[in-house]
Amino acid sequence: MKNYSIDLSLMPTTLDLWHVYLIAAVLVLALILIIVLLSMVIGMARKAKHLPAEIVKTVEVAAEPEIKIVEKVVEVEKIIQAPAPEPIVLKESTPDAALQLLGLLQKEARFIDFIKEDIAAYNDADIGVAARVVHEGCNKVINEYFTLDRVRQDKEGSKVTLAKGFDAAEVRLTGNIVGQAPFTGTLIHKGWKVTNIRLPKLTTGHNASIVAAAEVEL
Amino acid sequence: MNGLFGHVNQNNDSSEQDDHESDQSSVQHDIPAENQVSDVEAKKYSVGIDLGTTHCVLSYVELNEEVDEITQQVMMIPQLTSPGVVEDKKQLPSFLYLAHEAEIAEGSTTLPWTAKPDHLVGEIARNLGSKTAIRLVSSAKSWLCHAGVDCKEAILPSEAPEDVGRVSPFEATIAYLQHMKAAWENQYPQSPLDQQDLIITVPASFDPAARELTAEAARSSGLGHALLLEEPQSALYSWIDNSLGDWRNHVNVGDVILVIDVGGGTTDLSLIAVTEQEGNLELTRVAVGDHILLGGDNMDLALAYTIKAKMEKESGNRLEAWQVQALMHACRDAKEKIFNNPEEEAVALVVPSRGSSLIGGTLRTELTREEVNQVLVEGFLPEVAANDRPISRPRSGLRTKGLPYAQDAGITRHLAGFLAKQQSATEDLEHVNLPENATFLHPTAVLLNGGVLKSEVIANRLLKVLNSWLQAEQAPEARLLEGADLDLAVAKGAAYYGVVRKGKGVRIKGGTAASYYVGVESAMPAIPGMLPEVEALCIAPFGMEEGTSETLPEDEFGLVIGEPVRFRFFASNTRRDDTVGMRLDYWTDEELQELDEIEITLPEEGRKAGEVVPVHLSAAVTEVGTLELHAVSQQDDHRWKIEFDVRAGEGEE
Repeated sequence: MKNYSIDLSLMPTTLDLWHVYLIAAVLVLALILIIVLLSMVIGMARKAKHLPAEIVKTVEVAAEPEIKIVEKVVEVEKIIQAPAPEPIVLKESTPDAALQLLGLLQKEARFIDFIKEDIAAYNDADIGVAARVVHEGCNKVINEYFTLDRVRQDKEGSKVTLAKGFDAAEVRLTGNIVGQAPFTGTLIHKGWKVTNIRLPKLTTGHNASIVAAAEVEL
Repeated sequence: MNGLFGHVNQNNDSSEQDDHESDQSSVQHDIPAENQVSDVEAKKYSVGIDLGTTHCVLSYVELNEEVDEITQQVMMIPQLTSPGVVEDKKQLPSFLYLAHEAEIAEGSTTLPWTAKPDHLVGEIARNLGSKTAIRLVSSAKSWLCHAGVDCKEAILPSEAPEDVGRVSPFEATIAYLQHMKAAWENQYPQSPLDQQDLIITVPASFDPAARELTAEAARSSGLGHALLLEEPQSALYSWIDNSLGDWRNHVNVGDVILVIDVGGGTTDLSLIAVTEQEGNLELTRVAVGDHILLGGDNMDLALAYTIKAKMEKESGNRLEAWQVQALMHACRDAKEKIFNNPEEEAVALVVPSRGSSLIGGTLRTELTREEVNQVLVEGFLPEVAANDRPISRPRSGLRTKGLPYAQDAGITRHLAGFLAKQQSATEDLEHVNLPENATFLHPTAVLLNGGVLKSEVIANRLLKVLNSWLQAEQAPEARLLEGADLDLAVAKGAAYYGVVRKGKGVRIKGGTAASYYVGVESAMPAIPGMLPEVEALCIAPFGMEEGTSETLPEDEFGLVIGEPVRFRFFASNTRRDDTVGMRLDYWTDEELQELDEIEITLPEEGRKAGEVVPVHLSAAVTEVGTLELHAVSQQDDHRWKIEFDVRAGEGEE
């Protein structure tokens, strides 16, 4: 039987296969240890950074219940309203206003019919007859749904003086614009402004894009 | 806040026993504080509704104890003008359109207060009806006063084919009232209309049945508290209101004011005398005219047909119905241009084609000043003498289903007839003196009303003709009372009348505009082949005031239980001196007009069918302003109401 004894002073003189394995294993384990340690340190560092944010979060959490209460009140009101019949909402004519105006001009003045027709084929007398329809109708629409006022009360062609700080949207300067206000010039066009619009209201079911319905007589 | 108001009102109630005060407090108590928007308290208004033949208008005045100044406001009435379009307008056209279900897209008839109204009324009805006349209900009001039809029977539109679901004139009236009620409550949710003082106007020439139907329509609309007021009176109230207290300087004791009201469909005449009582001016309505179906619409139609004839002659082509419609609209505007611009000799009229090609298919013609003068001024206001009378041809044997329009278009002839007929209207008034030689009643002042008379040419012509009659009898010219608001005066005057009723202004006295009679067979031997003679028994005298009653003391009738009994019913707007119980065995057609029969059925109520109950008749004028007839039992004072609207069956002759 071979006797195994431990002699610490003994040093191997050559690298045998087993020792090579041993060294490789040690290196691999050391590497793993380093990676693990490193990742732990990085993780710790990140956690440390997040800490103030967490405090903020808890503050938010503390505030949230209050917000919820407010939301609940709103919901309660909605529930109360629910049994009542759905309120009737007449669409304000803002988005459909252009279509609506077209529709009114067509209805009263046959505006689209007139514009869409090829007037080259007719003589001036025929066009004149139709123009009466258009003029009368447009006049009716403008007078009924808009209140118009002139911007400048002066007579066209007269001299006007614009004081400093005049409204550039109301008065447009043209020609020899130099120097500083007050400006003096000739009133070429008195200008128009709409002081009141009374467009009709539309029901929610109304399709404003039909500016003239097709007509079928039975 | 509310508690404080309640306290203040309680104090007022105990200190002043004023109707208005207690009304107001009760309104406030009725409304729980939770429903009130912060400090908006329920206000109380006097509301006047002009329920016109062609237009309805609602005007109102806030009833305020402290302020004496009266601010009239005309309510803007939201209404559909075409499918899907809602506009606010001062006038609600009195038209109702019975739309076919395929005609109107879903959701395009929404009004601010309802997603789907039962009936289309207002501008939309008139617009749709101008192209589809068979579904349009118009002039419902004229039907209410049309003898020989049952106004609760679905008869309108009268020209509609079988499968159009019709409505009755009564239902149409309710529809207009309900629209205005909803519009009001949409605008003033704090002050429901049934808690406001409400006055509805009726033509002075409305008979008791038509007044009762109007009052009943108000009741069916939840407005049972409404009072009736005659339109010409309302116009005068409006003039008084407009004068801001100055009216006393414009009329004198002894004046007779002639109110001429030419509306869209009817002409209504009234005479109001100015008298004095203990130094105060008093106004008394002394006479009203007959129901004349003649108005502005007839004028436009007359012009359109004149132009139609001219165009057909020029072109050789017949105009179609829609073109005549378009002409009528064009004529309406064109005649105003001619009237308003004295230098304009002719105005171009165009009838646009219906297709999308506008330029080729549009017809053009002219309306000249001469044509307008010829058709309107000479046709409707001819220069006639004071002794001219409206021409009335006997109606052709077959009575058509239509309205009995006036046969003579000459308004001046109707006026001449009215003034002559009412010559003795002021006999009993000590301050009004008519010259011995007068052949007609001389008015000293004229108040005009109605959109037609806005045109100066027409108004001046009317005055000129009247003054020529006065001159012929050496009487001073009648002066025009200025400052009337011709379109809105009736509604405004009605709202003002609500204020007057609170004791804040002069009230026009009047009472019933006619005396009333029932026909009784005279006791004479029967002659074979002859109908028994009929005597007219006066049951209600002229000028019965609201809230009074008259009982027929001696004459009694035997009524059979369970069997309907009908009486012939007559009215006279000239016989002022007849008293209850008087029997007339002779009268002229001028004096007494036969109205529709009245009917009474005594229910069994513990009596035996066939039993004869002796009764006498009793007439009362209600606070609302309607006439009520009762049969009163001689035995136990039991009362049964006599119905007016029994017109069914009459039209089926």
